This record gives sequence, structure tokens and C-alpha cells, in this order.
Amino acid sequence: MTASSPRASILRGIHLVAMREIRDQIRDWRILTPIILLTLFFPLLMNITAQQAVDFVTRYGATIIGDRLVPFLLMVVGFFPISISLVIALESFAGERERLSLEPLLATPLRDSQLYFGKLLASMVPPLSAAYLGIMVYLLGLYLSIGWTAPPVLLVQVFTLTTVQALVMVSGAVVISSLTTSVRAANLLASFVVIPVAELIIIESMVMFWARYHVLWWIVLALFLIAVVLARMGLRLFNREELLSREIDVLNVRWAARTFWDAFRGNATSLGSWYRDVLRTTVVQLRIPIVMLAVALLSGYFLGVDLARTFTLPADLFQWDGIGGEMAEYLDAFNLMGTAGWLRILFVNVRAIIIATLLGAFTFGVLGVILLMITFGLIGYFAGNVALAGGSLSQFLIAFILPHGVLEIPAAILAGAAILQLGSAALRIPSGRSLGEGWMDALAGWARVVLAFVIPLLLGAAALEVFLTPRVVMAYFGG
Amino acid sequence: MSLLRWLAIILHQMEALVVTHDLTKMFRTLTAVEGVNLTVHAGEVLALLGPNGAGKTTTIRMLSSILAPTRGRASIAGHDVVQDAEKVRSTLGLLTEHHGLYTRMKADDYLQFFGRIYGVPEESLEKRIRDLLHQYDLEDAAELRLGHYSKGMRQKLALVRALLHDPQVLLLDEPTSAMDPSSAHMVRESISGLRGANRAIIVCTHNLHEAELLADQIAIIRKGKIIARGSPSELKRNLLGDPIMEVRLAQSLNGLTPYIPDEVVVIAQGDDWIRYRTPEPASVNPLMIRSLQDGGYDVVTLSEVERSLEDVYLQVVSAGTRPEGVEP
Repeated sequence: MTASSPRASILRGIHLVAMREIRDQIRDWRILTPIILLTLFFPLLMNITAQQAVDFVTRYGATIIGDRLVPFLLMVVGFFPISISLVIALESFAGERERLSLEPLLATPLRDSQLYFGKLLASMVPPLSAAYLGIMVYLLGLYLSIGWTAPPVLLVQVFTLTTVQALVMVSGAVVISSLTTSVRAANLLASFVVIPVAELIIIESMVMFWARYHVLWWIVLALFLIAVVLARMGLRLFNREELLSREIDVLNVRWAARTFWDAFRGNATSLGSWYRDVLRTTVVQLRIPIVMLAVALLSGYFLGVDLARTFTLPADLFQWDGIGGEMAEYLDAFNLMGTAGWLRILFVNVRAIIIATLLGAFTFGVLGVILLMITFGLIGYFAGNVALAGGSLSQFLIAFILPHGVLEIPAAILAGAAILQLGSAALRIPSGRSLGEGWMDALAGWARVVLAFVIPLLLGAAALEVFLTPRVVMAYFGG
Repeated sequence: MSLLRWLAIILHQMEALVVTHDLTKMFRTLTAVEGVNLTVHAGEVLALLGPNGAGKTTTIRMLSSILAPTRGRASIAGHDVVQDAEKVRSTLGLLTEHHGLYTRMKADDYLQFFGRIYGVPEESLEKRIRDLLHQYDLEDAAELRLGHYSKGMRQKLALVRALLHDPQVLLLDEPTSAMDPSSAHMVRESISGLRGANRAIIVCTHNLHEAELLADQIAIIRKGKIIARGSPSELKRNLLGDPIMEVRLAQSLNGLTPYIPDEVVVIAQGDDWIRYRTPEPASVNPLMIRSLQDGGYDVVTLSEVERSLEDVYLQVVSAGTRPEGVEP
């Protein structure tokens, strides 16, 4: 690059890559035609729809429907052109790789990040420009036909939402493209972006018809955070090594098993040394996720307490004098006493951890943590109801929760931390490791924590829950 | 070895534009390139020969800082391929195995794009593009979209792209593949011309004739390892033995063996010809001629039997092991 400041040089590289791609798109009628149609004709169609709908509902005095429909169509007019950004991004990243035109670009002095941001911009700018233009055409049409003008806040919301949605779709498409070697495979995997975005549009529609426009800001914030996570992941994946090392999309089970086993075993030579190794590394690696989980579970608990105020249960449900005998009968009826009960509780807890892991593995750990939060939310909800019914909160917690919670709560925190670590594996792949290797390492890390700590703790917790908790309840409340 | 000799070797290495030491690349469990040691000086052309999948392209990708070595190191014009990757990529020109052109662009736009990325000054970029297009006979096609180019034209344009920033090191992966004979000849001539005083070139090719014509050094790679290296004549000598001479006579031998000096080892004989092997043709050939003349035979011709690089290649690659006396 010519002599200039490093920042200017970096921006110049991004600009060069982006402009070349944008020019290339403009030369392609397959991209240009839908953009023009969605920019000019679609907003006009929406104008007519809005006008007809407003006329129709006004005739029957249901003007509220028209009031809600017009802003909703504003969002739709902005969304349709940006949906093309997904296709452009898949074509730009996976397509260029498939056509083998990426290697000459990789041989230039451009940095990986310059290529990434150049392509990201090129995938976003034409569809976004079309979306903005479409929104203008729609607004102009409405102003001319029914004299409607959008409130400035709504306008800012729709523009921001459209931009962030495009950013999420493009960053998602880059991640997908980086994991595949062909446009066909990338298109197939694109459903991982298309389906959540379609669901998001449904939620946004509900929000807009419900006129809870402030919720749109929360959606913007959530989308922005997702875009940042995806962009970081894309930057990590879009590098020369990763791009050229991936030859074909083949599942190599033997390799995966070996990578998993190497990471699972670590440097251990015996079961004792493996345990020491897990103990040492887990404390170091999981300290931040453990803190995050503890905060999340506590938040879940207090959310539950708060919900109890809104959805209060009848106070007589919490008259526990003599409940001990009743409880023993219930436990017996549900086969929760003795060894069978112990195994049953253990099975339920392990199943919950597995479900949380499956949910968390593909959602950066978020859904897994939410599932665990719900459990703590339920405890908080009952605790809140106990307090509202005039009962003793400490008695409730000491009698019903603490005896087995001593082991179960640490197990939940450790499992949640391991799930968070697994879910975010793609964002923290060590340099020199591929995505697959990074993910297998994380899975092995999860398995180490679950086998070494979580299962033994749950075994103990289930035993306490069956053999100790009912006795403590009986001791407290009699019966 | 004396200190001076060591010093001379070190200085020689320092002058080299391409140096690799124990260069190794592994993809998961597959070792694509293993322990490659190469040195290419300014003004030299190294031909990298080997069957498909031998590790040529991976070696080139490591040298161009696209792939990082798993082990070992490499430097291009003194820049480490891992530590100074951007400088390495600025210093070299790479002709990739697949031309990888943007088919909707015109040659001029395409070259301007790459010229700007490589930092060719704007004031000289136009002229540089014009000169190179003229040199490679692409001037008339400058206004055509690259999708309309023939395979050969695309290959030539990709070569122009690699030369745009006048790189010190050129890495050419199959430079004449898909070209018609006259274009291939033109490109070969051009590569010969490019080995100017301050430029090192590595050519990966399957075309053994081309390698022999262009290369000062040849390295044969198989299963990721360099199994033979040297100049074409060194390789022939080391792998195929001493030169073979053939003398043709005016008279028939009639099955008789004429008097032949002790230094000469006859390997075949016909009605009016004799083939012999000698490590010293300059001293042995005059002796041979004199002996034959003394025996009453007139010598019509005396020449070295042509041995091609193909013989060397086939012997090395099919043997699969490192032949004795050949530098790895």
C-alpha cells in the first residue's frame, strides 16, 4: 500500500474491496432486478395496500387497525430489500471461494479484517440503500395519498431496526459461508439465519400491532448484541488459514473422536492425575462463567420473587403445619422414596442438564442458562409466595431447598458454566486451532466438568433429596 | 570446514531471496509438506516438480504467507512468512494454480484494482498496465469482459496481475498450463527475461521441458518431501550416471571390437557405432578418436546421447526414495 497512516491504509483497503464488489453486483442483473423491484414497485404496492386497508377499516369504524397497519408496512418495506443482503453475502464469501477467485486476493497484502469488512460492507450497502429508498418511496406515497407522516421516533426505530437486521443477516451469512466450501452448502445452512429472522419478523409484527413500540428498542439492542457476537465469530473464522485449509465438507468421525479424547484426557496418566488436572484447569477456565452463572441464577431467583407479586398463589397453600406426613405420602405415591426415587430424581436432573446443554450449544449458551434460570425462578416464585402468605422464608429455604441444594446448586452453577463455555466456543478458538478442533475441545471440556463434578454432585443431591429433605421438612413442620 | 568457508556459506544464504528451513505443513493428521529446505537466490529460477498432491501448492501457499507452517520457517527477501506476512505478500507476485479472475470485470479495471491493493503509485499504474498488456499481447482485449477471454488469455492476465507491482520474488503455479504453444513460448521467454539481477522465481510445473528450459535449479517433491534437488545437469549426472557418448564410424565394425582405451566403458555397440560412458568427455573423447583412427576407422560424428529430465523425473518419482548422491 502507498505510504499513508496505518488507519487510512486499512480503510483504503476496505474501501477498495467493498467498491469492487459493489460494482460487480451492479453489473449482475440477478441482483439488480429484485433490488429495483423492491425499491420502487413494492413500496408502491404497499402504498395501495395501506390506502385500501385504511379506507376499508374506516368504513366500519375500526380505524385502529389502519393506524397499526401503516407503521407495520413501513417495517416490511424496509425488510424486503435487506433480505437480499443474505444472498449477496453468501455469494460474496462462499461464492468467491467456490469460483477460486479468493486466493489471488488472499495473496495480496490486505489483512483478513480488511477483506472481511470490505465484503461485509459490500453485502450491506446496496440492499440497505434500496431499503432506505424503498421506505422513502413508501412514505412519500402515503403522504401524497392519505397525508400520513411517520412520527420521527418510529422513523428512527424502523431505520435502526432495518440496519441492524441487515447486519445480523450478513454477519450470520459470513459465519455460515466460512463453514462451507460451496454456495449450495451455504444456501442450505442459511436456514439457520432465515428461520430465526422470520420468527423475529413475526414477533416485531405482534409488537407493532400491539403498539408496544418501545419494545422495538429492546429488539434493536438484542440484535445489535447478536450482530457483534456474529461479527466477532466471522472475523475469527474468515482468515486465510481457515479458508484454504477447508477443502470439502466431510464429517470425519474418527478424527472428531480422537480430538475429543485427546482434549478429554489431557496429560493424565491415571484417573487420579486426570481428576487433579480437571480440578486445576476447571477452576482457572470456569471462574468467569461461574460468576456469570451465579449472577444469572440469582437474577432468576429474584425475578421469580418479583413474579410472585403479580401472580400470587392462595395463602392457604402455604399452611405447612403437619405437612411432613402428607409429603411422605405424596413422595411415596410418585415413587420418589427409597432407591427408586433417588434414581428417578437423578435421571430428571441429568436430563435437564442434557437439554440445557443441547439448547445452549447452538445459542452461545444463552438458552441453556435461561433453562437453569427458570428452575431458580420457580424457587424464587414459591419463596415469594411464602413471604406474601406470611410464612417464614428462611424456614422454607432451609427445610425444602438447602438440604439437597447444598450439592444441587453448585452442580447447576458448574453445569451452566460449562454450557456457557461450550456455547461460546466458536468465539474463543485459540489461534492455530480450527473451528472443529475448538468445538471438540470445548465439548471435551464440558464432558470433563460434567463427569468429574456435576454427576457426582447430582448423585449426592438426589440422595439427599430423597433421604434427608423429607426428614428435615418433617422435623420442621411435623406430621 | 574452515571458518572462511562457513562465512561464505552464511553470506551466500543471506543473499538468498527465498529461504526455507524444515518447512512443514500438517492438516489435521495429514502431512502435506515435510521438512522442505530450499534456497533461491536473486536471478535464479527454481522449478518445483512433483506429481499431483505432492505438496507443491501447499509449499507455494506457505511461501506466500497464505498458510502458516506447522513447523520450520521460511523467509522471502528477508521477511519471515509468519511474522512479516504483509511485507512478504507485498514483496512477491503469485500466479495461483487457478487464474481466479473476476469474469464480469474488464482487464483494465481488474488490474487497477489489484495495482491499488499492491500500492502501485496512481501516476505510474496506468502506464504499467498498458506496458504489461502490450507485452503479453492482451492490448486488444483490454475492453473485453474477462468472462469472454480464452483460457490462455486468462492465464496471461493472471500472470500480468502477479507482475503488476514488479515483485522481487515470483511464485508461479503452472504458468503455461492451458496456453497454446505460441503463448506458452511467449510466457517462457518472458519468465527467462524476468530472472533479472534482483528477482528470484519459483515455478511449479508438470511440464518437464519447460522446467529444463527455465530452471537453474530443480527440486522434485513427492509426498511432501523434497527427494531430489540440483541443477538439471547435476540431476542427470547423479541419477542417470556419467554422460553417454555415441561415436559413428564410416566403416562397418563387422562384429569386431576395435582397440579402445582403458578409460572408456563401452555400454553398447552396433554395426557402425559405439556407445560409451565417461565421467570426463573432454579428455576421453580425443583419446577415443585417436584410438579409432589408429585402428583404421574414420569417425563421422561423436556426440553426447540426449537424456531428458523426464528420465530423471520418472526414475526419482517412481523409485519414491531419495537416490544416493542427490541433495535433498
